[in-house]
Amino acid sequence: MTSLSVPMIKRPVHPVGAWGWITTIDHKKIGIMYGITAFINFLIGGIEAIIMRAQLSGSNADIVSPEVFNQLFTMHGTTMIFLAVMPLGAAFFNYLIPLQIGARDVAFPRLNAFSYWVFLAGTLMLHLSWFMGEAPNAGWFAYAPLTSTAFNPGHGVDFWIVSLQVLGIASLAAAFNFIVTIINMRAPGMHMMRLPLFTWMTLITAILLVLAFPVITVALLELLFDRNYGMNFFFTAAGGDPVLWQHLFWVFGHPEVYILILPAMGIVSEILPTFSKKPLFGYSTVILAGVIIAFMGWLVWSHHMFTVGLGPIPNTVFTITTIAIAVPTGIKIFNWIFTIWKGSVEFRTPMLFAVGFIVTFTIGGISGVMHAMSASDAQQQDTYFVVAHFHYVLFGGAIMGIFGALYYWFPKYSGKMYNEGQGKTHFWLMFIGQNLTFFPMHFLGMDGMPRRIYTYGADMGWTEVNALQTAGSIVIVLSVLVFMKNFIQSWRSGKQAPGDPWDARTLEWSISSPPPEYNFEEIPIVQDRDDWWARKRGLVPRIAPSGASGDGHGIHMPQPSFWPLVAAIGIFVGAWGVIYSVPVLIIGAGIMIFGVYAWSFEPVNDPESEASTASGDAN
Amino acid sequence: MAQAPTTPPAVVHQEEHEKTTTGLNHKKLLMWAFLASDCMFFGTLIATYLVYKGKSKVGALPEDVFSIPVTSVSTFVLLMSSMSMVLAYAALRRGSLKGFRIWLLSTILLGSTFLGFQVFEFYEFVNHEVTIDCHEFAANPDGFSPFEAGIAGDECTEGVDEYEGTHGLTPRTNLFGTTFFTLTGLHGTHVTIGVIWLLGLFFYSFKKGAVTPARHLDTDLAALYWHFVDVVWIIIFPVVYLFGVFEGFPT
Amino acid sequence: MALAAACSDPHPQSTFDTHGPVAASQANIFYIIMYAGLVVFIGVMALLIYTTIRYRRRYNDKDPEQIHGNNTLEIAWTVAPALLLVAVAVPTIQTLWNNSISPEPAAMTVHATGSQWWFEFEIEELGVVTANELHIPVGEVINFVLESTDVIHSFWVPKLAGKVDMVPNNTNTTWFKADEAGEFFGQCAEFCGESHANMRFKVVAESREDFDAWVAAQLADSVVPVDPLVQQGHDLFMSIEAGCWACHTIRGSANAFGQVGPDLTHFASRRHLASGIMENNHENLVRWLTDPNDVKPGNVMSRDAAVYNDPDQALSEPQVAALAAYLRSLE
Repeated sequence: MTSLSVPMIKRPVHPVGAWGWITTIDHKKIGIMYGITAFINFLIGGIEAIIMRAQLSGSNADIVSPEVFNQLFTMHGTTMIFLAVMPLGAAFFNYLIPLQIGARDVAFPRLNAFSYWVFLAGTLMLHLSWFMGEAPNAGWFAYAPLTSTAFNPGHGVDFWIVSLQVLGIASLAAAFNFIVTIINMRAPGMHMMRLPLFTWMTLITAILLVLAFPVITVALLELLFDRNYGMNFFFTAAGGDPVLWQHLFWVFGHPEVYILILPAMGIVSEILPTFSKKPLFGYSTVILAGVIIAFMGWLVWSHHMFTVGLGPIPNTVFTITTIAIAVPTGIKIFNWIFTIWKGSVEFRTPMLFAVGFIVTFTIGGISGVMHAMSASDAQQQDTYFVVAHFHYVLFGGAIMGIFGALYYWFPKYSGKMYNEGQGKTHFWLMFIGQNLTFFPMHFLGMDGMPRRIYTYGADMGWTEVNALQTAGSIVIVLSVLVFMKNFIQSWRSGKQAPGDPWDARTLEWSISSPPPEYNFEEIPIVQDRDDWWARKRGLVPRIAPSGASGDGHGIHMPQPSFWPLVAAIGIFVGAWGVIYSVPVLIIGAGIMIFGVYAWSFEPVNDPESEASTASGDAN
Repeated sequence: MAQAPTTPPAVVHQEEHEKTTTGLNHKKLLMWAFLASDCMFFGTLIATYLVYKGKSKVGALPEDVFSIPVTSVSTFVLLMSSMSMVLAYAALRRGSLKGFRIWLLSTILLGSTFLGFQVFEFYEFVNHEVTIDCHEFAANPDGFSPFEAGIAGDECTEGVDEYEGTHGLTPRTNLFGTTFFTLTGLHGTHVTIGVIWLLGLFFYSFKKGAVTPARHLDTDLAALYWHFVDVVWIIIFPVVYLFGVFEGFPT
Repeated sequence: MALAAACSDPHPQSTFDTHGPVAASQANIFYIIMYAGLVVFIGVMALLIYTTIRYRRRYNDKDPEQIHGNNTLEIAWTVAPALLLVAVAVPTIQTLWNNSISPEPAAMTVHATGSQWWFEFEIEELGVVTANELHIPVGEVINFVLESTDVIHSFWVPKLAGKVDMVPNNTNTTWFKADEAGEFFGQCAEFCGESHANMRFKVVAESREDFDAWVAAQLADSVVPVDPLVQQGHDLFMSIEAGCWACHTIRGSANAFGQVGPDLTHFASRRHLASGIMENNHENLVRWLTDPNDVKPGNVMSRDAAVYNDPDQALSEPQVAALAAYLRSLE
């Protein structure tokens, strides 16, 4: 088999240092890289938000030009959704899924590395648009025909299209990987109705991704063809219909909302039982509610279009479907509260974030139902009321959940304990800050302030409320600084963490912190939904695994590889080529094909490498 | 929990048939997930085509350029390629490597023939010739499509007996051109990738032990992809070609 | 008097302070769902707070009972919210349909057209064409036909009715009625490019007599200049160098029939300029004419007119003063 492989560079066997990270295919290292990159993106998106808040802090402010303001809100939305919240979720999928299902790695470790590198390529593409002086400026929704070359010359929108396509490749590759991993790599006894909730929500998220991303891929291709090859998809003079873009965008965009929030729901469903010392209340109901939410997510997209003029019949239908989605969401909230009910509740930092999530997410859910009322939504659509709503869902929901997860699994991935006092300070600052920033937006919206305006007059009566919100956003900044201090200090010099600091319930806590490279010395045999808890409490008999280690073999770990990185570099170069020049596109495609070729003929484990010759019991 | 051992336990070579929870191979499961995703991809493209059906403002329309007999032949060719792919797989499972290669090669040839038809068709559309008998147009203007009537109205001036000229359909011409070339072009790209894949498999099969009755997974995956691409065409052919030309089909 | 009230209105775009039946019905739905939401929120929070306080871990706590669920409870919190939601959905859908078509015949139909970044209002049956300021009679239903010449805009007068988008290639309709006289602020609500924030307009609701007088005034041709400064401004407007006439219409003039920008025949009768973003007075007009890009970044006039995009041809101060005098004479 090696005769076909590309023998140019020697395959890394046990690389160390930076090279060890670059060539790694260990899901845990990839998860950490995902997390750090995404957190930097979160900071960049936050800086963009703070500049906007400064501009809006008073009437007729002149801190940034309208063009820059438009670029800021476009980039803030795109960055937070595609570069921060989604990959922060992906960081935890990567790190935790194999640990939670009792596996040694994901199904396709090199594809996993490829996902990360392509995600990094898309991240760089999007941010570099600032340095090229052509940041996208048409909003994260990019409504046609404002994105056409007639109204939007330059390369800003092209950067947006190409970055999202590249990020789409990364997300799809990761989603395929996690679907296969969760379905196919569960430890013996870990049947579907024993999967931890976070794993379940990951599976649903991955399925949504696989089905939703192709829709935006096609829409972006159509826009790209329009802009660069003079096609007519959204060219109004040739009969192109701007409403088609909105349909395509939101058919993707609404499932995307659940792609963002379902992982956070999974996280909360892990934290609450641990710190209440009780199993999740109504395990199957919570899963079923997640499945129904995901399914219903496909039937509600036109509630983003209540004022487009679709007519009363579509608006009635989408009002009903949108209202209906509140039912499974409500079920989840009650199930969470009843998980705490009669529990033994300990308020460590993750628990604070989980309970805070319930509070803010409930507010976001209720304002969501308010939006579903298409009759009155004609007033709220495109106002700050919408901004309030989705920040309660995405910041108060997704981001709160993710911070909860960052604390909850901190001992696991860092091997250290964080500082509890600073963690709690972080929570309270963030909880107060976000409510100060986002709650007044409801009133601004009802007071007629539209979204996406870079300035407003002193006579509009919006000045004081805006100033209050800007003050709130500064509190959020403080809270993030507290987090970063705690995070960096604790990781460097925190107290050594035991394997199971929280007396938790799921498999990842049954191994050391941080876990060894191969995760499980012995693949566990799962006998209970909360198997680790049941084992600790002696509720299930201890079954010796079938072999000395693994499935009767030695532990085989896939070897590092740099071909995923090479393929991703090819994609990065090619993406630049799409924007700037065809020869560069061809060079990029060449690099990618070379990388994929070398990759496909490289065995998962090279039998001739020293790693396997060192193996004692190779069969 | 026990302390992690300082030296990792022995590493062994990964087996072809990994033990999985469902018994289904990882790669096969991945392929199914990918095909589900690709369904949405083509679904969106077909939806776009249908939304814009009949909305073109100028230029040639389906009835002006399509040749159903020609496309029927190419559709038949692609269908046959699916059959020969089945036969190739069956031959492999039977243990006949020779039969496998023959049928695989015929699949490749049939796929390439389909692509040849598509190139020919695209060329014909882009260089679409319009010939109009101006006397006939004067006598019976209703016998002409709106597209031809428009050209005739411009060109059939005093003293012109017959007009002949190129009025091609390109992706820029109108909404039909835009949606048609994008949809069929991306399908053609899928077929091209399939042909390259099958060619790779063909050469790979000459490596000893690479493709055997027991090691049939690579062939299985390629066949899945190939059938999928074929099925997509079976949807495109009636929706785009047949509904586009014959009256009485939904518009 | 109504005008004075409107000017001092601290919340000119409040959706709670309704002045027409459409906005009132929408606010009504909002109140219903808001109070329902508030009750749910308080209930859920009370439960959450009670639970978290009551079941805090105490020293030496034993493991709590491992409760896995309760079907009765779960069915209850599925059915109860569903019933509540049905209860609020019924009035919503009723209002949606009631508002889709006006209940009584309309007094007139206004063709409202959005362009980057201003609104044109044409009342075909009366022959009136105006920009950024629409007068309507109080107590009468006005129908709107909404269109756009470039990108998507949204037509929104918060105190009179919720918004409806102006989508190219899609003609939308809406209607509203003002219950009392007043000046109502409107604003584009769909992001439409650089100066989206500066795309506003006014609706002036007045008595039938005042409205008829306004229509009559609008139908008249522009006044012929008498003052020499006004004459100078007129000549500049109609000159090749300034070229204002190429984009703007001034009915009654010799050559100003441009269709690109707003109709200026009765410019001075409007209360605001630059699509409702500032008061129409001499000072503001001079500011606008001197550097429109400063007032409304990215606007078409700054981009396309030679006097603004070519520093060599820029208007001098006296020229601006003359132009302003002429425009302010167009009562």
